Amino acid sequence: MVKQEQELANRPDNTAFTQQRLPAWQPMLSAGIVIPGFVIIGLAFIGIGVALFITSKNIQVMEMDYTGFEPDSDCFKCSNPEEKNCVCQLDFNISSRFEGPVFFYYGLSNYFQNYRRYGVSKDDAQLSGDLDNFKSPSDTCSPYDTDGIKPIVPCGSIANSMFNDTFLLYREVNGTNELVPLDGKGIAWWTDYNVKYRNPNVTPLKEAFEGTVKPLFWPRPAYELDTSDPNNNGFINQDFLVWMRRAALPDFRKLYRRIAQGDYARGLPAGNYSLKIAYNYPVLSFQGRKKVVFSNVSWMGGRNDFLGIAYLVIGSMCVFMSIVMLIVYAKFKFPEED
Amino acid sequence: IEKMGRNKKDIRNLVSNLPYEGLGKTKQPNRYFPGNAIKTTKYTLLLFIPMNLFEQFHRLANIYFVCLAILNFVPVVNAFQPEVALIPICVILSLAALKAAWEDFRRYRSDRKLNNTPCFIYSRFTKSRWKDVRVGDFVKVVCNEIVPADLLLLHSSDPSGVCHIETSNLDGETNLKQRRAMSGICISDPEFKPESFNTVVVCEKPNNNLNHFKCYVEKPDKDKVGTGIESLLLRGCKMRNTHHAVGFVVYAGHETKSMLNNNAPRYKRSKLERKLNTDVIFCVILLLSMCLVGALGHFLWLQALPSGPPYLVPDSNGHLDSPSLSGFYMFFTMIILLQILIPISLYVSIELVKIGQIYFITNDIDLHDDETDRRVQCKTLNITEDLGQIEYVFSDKTGTLTENKMVFRRCSIMGTEYPHKENVKCSTFEHALTNSLYIIYILYVSTCFGGFAAIRLAVLGEPESGEDVIPDRKLLQQISRAGNCSGSQEIDPYLDFFLGLAICNTVAVSMATAQRQRVNANSVSLPHIFTSWQRKPKRSRSILEDLVVEEDHFNPPVKKEDFEDTTGLQMCSLHAPSDTNSDNLSYEAESPDEAALVYAAKAYGFTLLNRTPDSVTLRLPSGEDLVFEVLDTLTFDSNRKRMSVLVRHPITREYVLYTKGADYAIMELLVKTEIPWQKNIAAGTQHHLDCYAKDGLRTLCFTKKVVSYKEYESWSVNRQRALAAIDHREELVMDTAVQLETGLSLLGATGIEDRLQESVPDTIVALREAGIQVWVLTGDKPETAVNIGYACRLLEEEDLVINMSCKNKLVCTSILDCTLEEVRRYSEDPRNVDTTQGISLVIDGCTLTMALSSDLQDRFVDLAKRCRSVLCCRVTPLQKSRVVKMVREKLKVMTLAVGDGANDVSMIQAADIGIGLSGQEGMQAVMASDFAISRFKHLNKLILVHGHWCYTRLANMIIYFFYKNVAYVNLLFWYQFFCGFSGTTMIDYWLMIFFNLFFTSVPPIMFGIMDRDVSAEMLLGVPELYRMGQGEYTFSTFWVSMLDAFYQSLVCFFIPYLAYQDSDIDVFTFGTPLNTISLFTIILHLSIEIKAWTVVHWVIMLGSVALYFIVTLVYSAICVSCNPPSNPYWILQSQMADPMFYLLCIITTVVALMPRYY
Repeated sequence: MVKQEQELANRPDNTAFTQQRLPAWQPMLSAGIVIPGFVIIGLAFIGIGVALFITSKNIQVMEMDYTGFEPDSDCFKCSNPEEKNCVCQLDFNISSRFEGPVFFYYGLSNYFQNYRRYGVSKDDAQLSGDLDNFKSPSDTCSPYDTDGIKPIVPCGSIANSMFNDTFLLYREVNGTNELVPLDGKGIAWWTDYNVKYRNPNVTPLKEAFEGTVKPLFWPRPAYELDTSDPNNNGFINQDFLVWMRRAALPDFRKLYRRIAQGDYARGLPAGNYSLKIAYNYPVLSFQGRKKVVFSNVSWMGGRNDFLGIAYLVIGSMCVFMSIVMLIVYAKFKFPEED
Repeated sequence: IEKMGRNKKDIRNLVSNLPYEGLGKTKQPNRYFPGNAIKTTKYTLLLFIPMNLFEQFHRLANIYFVCLAILNFVPVVNAFQPEVALIPICVILSLAALKAAWEDFRRYRSDRKLNNTPCFIYSRFTKSRWKDVRVGDFVKVVCNEIVPADLLLLHSSDPSGVCHIETSNLDGETNLKQRRAMSGICISDPEFKPESFNTVVVCEKPNNNLNHFKCYVEKPDKDKVGTGIESLLLRGCKMRNTHHAVGFVVYAGHETKSMLNNNAPRYKRSKLERKLNTDVIFCVILLLSMCLVGALGHFLWLQALPSGPPYLVPDSNGHLDSPSLSGFYMFFTMIILLQILIPISLYVSIELVKIGQIYFITNDIDLHDDETDRRVQCKTLNITEDLGQIEYVFSDKTGTLTENKMVFRRCSIMGTEYPHKENVKCSTFEHALTNSLYIIYILYVSTCFGGFAAIRLAVLGEPESGEDVIPDRKLLQQISRAGNCSGSQEIDPYLDFFLGLAICNTVAVSMATAQRQRVNANSVSLPHIFTSWQRKPKRSRSILEDLVVEEDHFNPPVKKEDFEDTTGLQMCSLHAPSDTNSDNLSYEAESPDEAALVYAAKAYGFTLLNRTPDSVTLRLPSGEDLVFEVLDTLTFDSNRKRMSVLVRHPITREYVLYTKGADYAIMELLVKTEIPWQKNIAAGTQHHLDCYAKDGLRTLCFTKKVVSYKEYESWSVNRQRALAAIDHREELVMDTAVQLETGLSLLGATGIEDRLQESVPDTIVALREAGIQVWVLTGDKPETAVNIGYACRLLEEEDLVINMSCKNKLVCTSILDCTLEEVRRYSEDPRNVDTTQGISLVIDGCTLTMALSSDLQDRFVDLAKRCRSVLCCRVTPLQKSRVVKMVREKLKVMTLAVGDGANDVSMIQAADIGIGLSGQEGMQAVMASDFAISRFKHLNKLILVHGHWCYTRLANMIIYFFYKNVAYVNLLFWYQFFCGFSGTTMIDYWLMIFFNLFFTSVPPIMFGIMDRDVSAEMLLGVPELYRMGQGEYTFSTFWVSMLDAFYQSLVCFFIPYLAYQDSDIDVFTFGTPLNTISLFTIILHLSIEIKAWTVVHWVIMLGSVALYFIVTLVYSAICVSCNPPSNPYWILQSQMADPMFYLLCIITTVVALMPRYY
């Protein structure tokens, strides 16, 4: 039979792979698996949903609009773009303790930080402290690359349009206004602060900006962004970093400060507060709105009921479906098991 | 000579190179003809890139993608990184280029090997190579060497000037072919002297017809000697059984017939691919409308803004474009953004999937034929899925449904029937019982023959071989009586009949045991043969002995009958030639019918011993050897449907013409006679022929004609002139043949059985159950065809068979109308709804011609459509292809044609899928086919299993591809509503490209190659599944999946959107979960589609997910600011540390896929 074997040199290999006979698992959706499966999934989802919902409900959020378009609002006078260095004050009352740590956000609406050409309008090399790009910023910054003669640092539309309202929070204690300490450290991404954005290795920082001009919109150059803390200047200024991380959606909030110091580490006690706003940022041009948001956070971030509700709905649907299937199964002894 | 060659367009004149030896190149007479070096490579090293690109841009899709890539570089569209957009198209182009380069390199290597093969050229006595051969050279080829160029054979070592070649390299035919040296051209005794060649060879221009060659040699004295293909050694053939031969090179290199036949694999576009293209157009429309929405949206958004907000970036002059202009630009930006809606990787993936599918088809062990050791071959690489779409199968009969191994069954001589009961019984017995029992029967019978018969049995190892003819008792007696008085002048018609059987053919004789490779067959030692022969039967007997007992046990009547017959058989064994010499012979015939007839003659003692072009040696039953001088052979052609051999009888010295052919081609040529007994013979024979046909036998008539010397002389002159003619040679040669073939006297007729191949009825029934209409187109007589039709269950006993056969068009029209009316009424009759009774149509070639005419075509198709099966008889090859074309065009159905012979080639090429059966009739059909199989039963698995699989796999994969791209791209589209339709992406550009190119491309390819929606056993067991599988890819399935894609993308976008609404999330942190969710949705969507999970599935699916995470994690760890404006740095890492990310992924995926589960 040796001869025969030689003759069949052309015979294909008889392996499970080549003969397409690999052992295969065929997912069979029988009632015995589907119904309990749905019940388990449904219950698990309901559990997650309840946890999410309760967590979300426990998060306290306080939002205050200060755009001032409406004549009766406190900041009405400041909404006029002609008004310079306008300060307005927002008084509010907290009826029960606002659990800490409290996060202080500013919010903008109808503001398209995700606009395509806006997003490109920055120079990453410059922002990582490359001095060459101080002298000649990248084309992507155009038209905010030079003021016609001198290069703009930091260049580009994003930096130029940086939010520049500032806030001071006062608490009324025994008739006097006590300043609530606001912590501006670590509000930006750690990676932005430590890796992505770098000041040039020049001390003092001001020298590095020799021969450049500040962005047109800015009141002060980059090395003087924070007059109180010299280390919080240049490209690693926390407010700058927060602004540079562009918001995904046109209605967004950005972290302004944290209230986590001293007496306020446990939160804001009940009482009367006033917020002094240096109203600089014009929003009339795009019919935007500005607001401040106080919120505490949980493991799931800020308050959002949606996810909890979604889990609850889907979970209940699964349970409901399994009940329906059970009824169908009971009625027809042999449902479509194949 | 040169001038002449140029004046006469269609011929070329060649002279020997030898007199010009050593002269400069410009003096060479044959310098205008190409050399023998071949170059089959498509590209050159330098021009590879431009040429390959040019080739690739023939594909419309590639041009589209390149245009898109170029669009990226247009400044107004604001593409961020135009270079990145080039990556996918470059990857795809370079993958295709690499494949082309590899193929070309392999061609280059084989060319080089071939060009450097050594050969022997006269005059350049150094060892030459193939590439040195030039037109006009003399090349010597020794045994087993391959012929390097097309040679005109001038000399052979064989004294008769014959040499044998094997053309298996060209057409796969393994039988030896004889070639004859041109005689008298130059001195060749004893040694060939090329120097004496002083003639001009005039031959036709190179063409690709392997079986045709026209040429004449003009001697210095203006004498012309014509010759044809019988003197041409083709490049690529192997020299056999001849020590050496010398030829004159007529065509070299690319002009040789074999090279001209080397066509590139055909490109066919499958039905699915055509549909796919329309869907791609839908996608383009979808893309354009989405872009239009984007452009309009952008325009409206800009219009609604009161004045320049800080986030709008003006141009360098500080101006903002007007909203309408921005909207216009945005249209193009959107095209760039949403371009992946047209799946760039789809075409490449389809190609890869088809390669995989072909791999599995060719590796299927069930489609491998152990007997011939042949696999199924896929010749056309891109129509695998069409196998799953077949609605009509057109089959040849002979060699396709049947074995094409002919067995002599019955004969009729001088009007007397010799039924050969013993043989018939064999066949009925075999039909009744299994194969193994049949062998027992043979063994059982043969034991009565004694030792010799047992030895013969070893030859019969395969019972269908056609060599086992058990002679008819009565006929043997008749012959022995005639043989006794053979001394008398008058030759007995019985002897004549067998002489005709043995002589009138083109069968070549070779020694059965002698190996072809040996030059000298006699050198094989006889004792060795004996020992090997004796061993075999012993073993088989010992195995079968107990089986015999078993058979006795359950089938005693058969046994009894056998005993009765053995008495007769014993008798014939006395007559059987008993020396091993003649028994060692094996016959190599071009058609199996001829071999069967020669074997039949041998069984009656008329043994064909040797055949040369000029003579036939025959051994008579008396042991006497006769040498007939062959004066001419009028070869078979499909117009005449007969062949003749003109010989000179060695005893009577008469010129005798033996003619055999189809009955209708012979009967009208018979000598007109008034003698009643002769008339009776003709009538009786015709009656027998009809009976044979009814039994499904192939019939042939044998005639004889004695030609007077004078007649021969005058005819011979005409003949020579016709042979030497270069224009219209065929017609002239045929005319001379027709001239001679008149006034024939009938000797008798034979019935040859062609057995059905195994499992043919089962296959046909399965195909029919699968909803496929089976038509059989055959050249046989209607009776034969109908009989075979019943045997292979094409026709069922209870079927209503409509027989259409009419002589003129008027009758044909009315019959057609009547039948159509009747059939309509029949099918509308409520009583017939539940019956299994079907309607079958049998139509003959003559009627078919009328039915195919343009005015009757529609009616015929309408009728044929209502018939369950159609049998066309006596059709010509051209009609076959016309029938296929008509059905294909009129009914708009997918057709498959299967055939094995040269006469099926046109049909195979006309059908959507042509399948060639590599059977007994050479390889022409296989070479013209898209798929080549070796047995008809393989069609079953090829169509029902592989066809179904390939189609559903590919269809599902294509749908999935569209779905995948739409689902993914729509995420970007929905985002446009939240970024002022500005074309922003929230997903990193690189990750987007990787997503399509790497993360989600392998699973669908694997799905397209390996998914098994239904097991093979199930598909074979329930053929109805085939029909159900055909609707996998339709307009609605495409749109359903599109809608699903829209739904999923909505879910995948809006659930994260709602979850992150009003938060401080940034663009790319928002995009990362979206990307991840999409990946999960897309992968899980596929896993719902996957019906059977094997190890490979698990590895690839999990691997793809793992790859996504690994690549994205690595990318976000190293890309600090590598790809502005995106900012992937540490985003996935921070997301993966957030439980919300996981909760979001779970809920979104579940919601997105929920509708799929119901």
